[in-house]
Amino acid sequence: MRLDRTAVLAAAVVLLFFVSVLLGSYTVTIPDFFTIVANHLTGGAKIPGASFIVMENKLPRAVVGTMTGIAFGLAGALFQTMLRNPLASPDVIGISFGASAAAVVAIVLFGAAGAVVSGAALTGALAVAGLIYAISSGGKLRRTGRGNAAGNRLVLAGVGIAAALQAVVSFLMTRADIRTAADALVWLNGSLNSASWDRAGVLFLALTVLVPAVTFIAGPLRILELGDDAAAGLGIRVNTTRLILVAIAVSLAAVATAAAGPVSFVAFLSGPIARRFTGKASLPASAFVGALIVLAADYFAANLAPLLLGGTVLPVGVITGVLGAPFLLWLLVTANRKDA
Amino acid sequence: MAVLEAQDLTLKYHQRCVMDGLSVRIPEGRVTMIVGANACGKSTLLRGLSRLLKPAGGTVALDGKDIHERPAREVARTLGLLPQHPTAPDGITVRDLVGRGRYPHQGFFRSWTGKDDAAVQRALEATGTLELAGRDVDELSGGQRQRVWIAMALAQETDVLLLDEPTTYLDLAHQVEVLDLVTDLNRTRGTTVAIVLHDLNLAARYADHVIAMKEGAVAAMGAPEDVVTEELVREVFQLEARVIPDPVSGTPLILPIGRHHATAPELEPA
Repeated sequence: MRLDRTAVLAAAVVLLFFVSVLLGSYTVTIPDFFTIVANHLTGGAKIPGASFIVMENKLPRAVVGTMTGIAFGLAGALFQTMLRNPLASPDVIGISFGASAAAVVAIVLFGAAGAVVSGAALTGALAVAGLIYAISSGGKLRRTGRGNAAGNRLVLAGVGIAAALQAVVSFLMTRADIRTAADALVWLNGSLNSASWDRAGVLFLALTVLVPAVTFIAGPLRILELGDDAAAGLGIRVNTTRLILVAIAVSLAAVATAAAGPVSFVAFLSGPIARRFTGKASLPASAFVGALIVLAADYFAANLAPLLLGGTVLPVGVITGVLGAPFLLWLLVTANRKDA
Repeated sequence: MAVLEAQDLTLKYHQRCVMDGLSVRIPEGRVTMIVGANACGKSTLLRGLSRLLKPAGGTVALDGKDIHERPAREVARTLGLLPQHPTAPDGITVRDLVGRGRYPHQGFFRSWTGKDDAAVQRALEATGTLELAGRDVDELSGGQRQRVWIAMALAQETDVLLLDEPTTYLDLAHQVEVLDLVTDLNRTRGTTVAIVLHDLNLAARYADHVIAMKEGAVAAMGAPEDVVTEELVREVFQLEARVIPDPVSGTPLILPIGRHHATAPELEPA
């Protein structure tokens, strides 16, 4: 049953991937698509116009979107499962903000571009994660055997840091000249508009390391879910395992942010939606849901929104933000009801 | 058979010393009850004995080898622990939860074998939770849930099993059920059991060996008939009580006197 539903999600990702490449403001037929890709690989004749749009725009966009979604989905599900708190996803606790703040600093203050900005984003995410971890593991954290308190502390530390970083970013944006600000804006919303094969390649390399790492840590994570004490009783080194989990999840969020900006709420939404769909917490299902959200939101932002808004192509992060905010409220309301 | 022994154990929580230089031995193949007033360090002792708390001094040895110097998973194959507040993940079924007790027995790639299936089956049967196997843990009553957690600890198939207040939040019938279950386990498999228990009467009934603690030190240790006396109850709990032979089991039965209901004139508080 569960496998079926996860497979349904995987199939939906594949379907949506092809929909976003083939359909939209520029439609490509399926035979044309295969001709274009085959000819591109073999160096054969190009179809004028279509080849360029598919190979340089639509395909890298869908590839980066899918991988970003997978990375955000996994990062969110890892955090939420480890901390037993649906609010504890990297986008809510400020890790994505760390990435975007560092990127904006690099762009506005140092005039950086390209890979340097991605590198700054990565560093920013890791630095914020380290800071949050240090703040929340100080004090009486280990005294609380039930684990939820640890999660709440981490969420609060993260929300505080996110607010501070937002202030920094707003300050820099008001000081920047208009063109620099436009560059930097991508880092505040998350967008696939500048997706390229270079970014896809970097993201792909990162995922070839991180996804196997996730499957490796998934077993201990299942035990850690039972609470720190029970996990220790079953032979888990709780603190070491948690540190490895944080490192993997933060790296996932960081590489995704570096590739597409902080596409808001994808990490936060994927785990809970996957759980509702498959009936239990599932990392693969969360990854697929993450990819679905990014692909669907980007399809809407790039193809449907311009029809409604007179041609404006929205950044994908605006759509996920619009979707995510009500879900956050709904989750808060229903979670409180369950506790009561 | 495995021997669990603490030597000169010093345990600290955040630099605050909870116990200093304590030595205890959990007798093998017996049921040991650790009793004492609130905050006397009994749960801390259990945490120290089970790797949850790293000692600030002294050692905890399992079969003569320091448990903090052995791989965690290897220790977990011999020494099991049911903590006070384990968390059941949302939507997990009983069989899945019990199966997680097999974690320390699985290899690096964690392949699930027929041996694991058999262990889970035995644990479900022993705890009477077989008919619940397909249910969600969330749907169960408190008593059923506690039996499921015990089943998880049983599936671990350890020679030593530590339980931290396994009867908390259970009504009397379920408390007795849980303790009977643990006794079955001890008698049929020879598992060494150590339980932190609040209820002194049930502890005296079910224990082969009692460790009474006061302010982080051992106040008395031994068979319940020898240890559970009016003097001990006064010393450890600051409670005036009569101790009589339990008409059901012959074990010591503690009858607190209190200030209001004593009828015999010699029991009136001075």
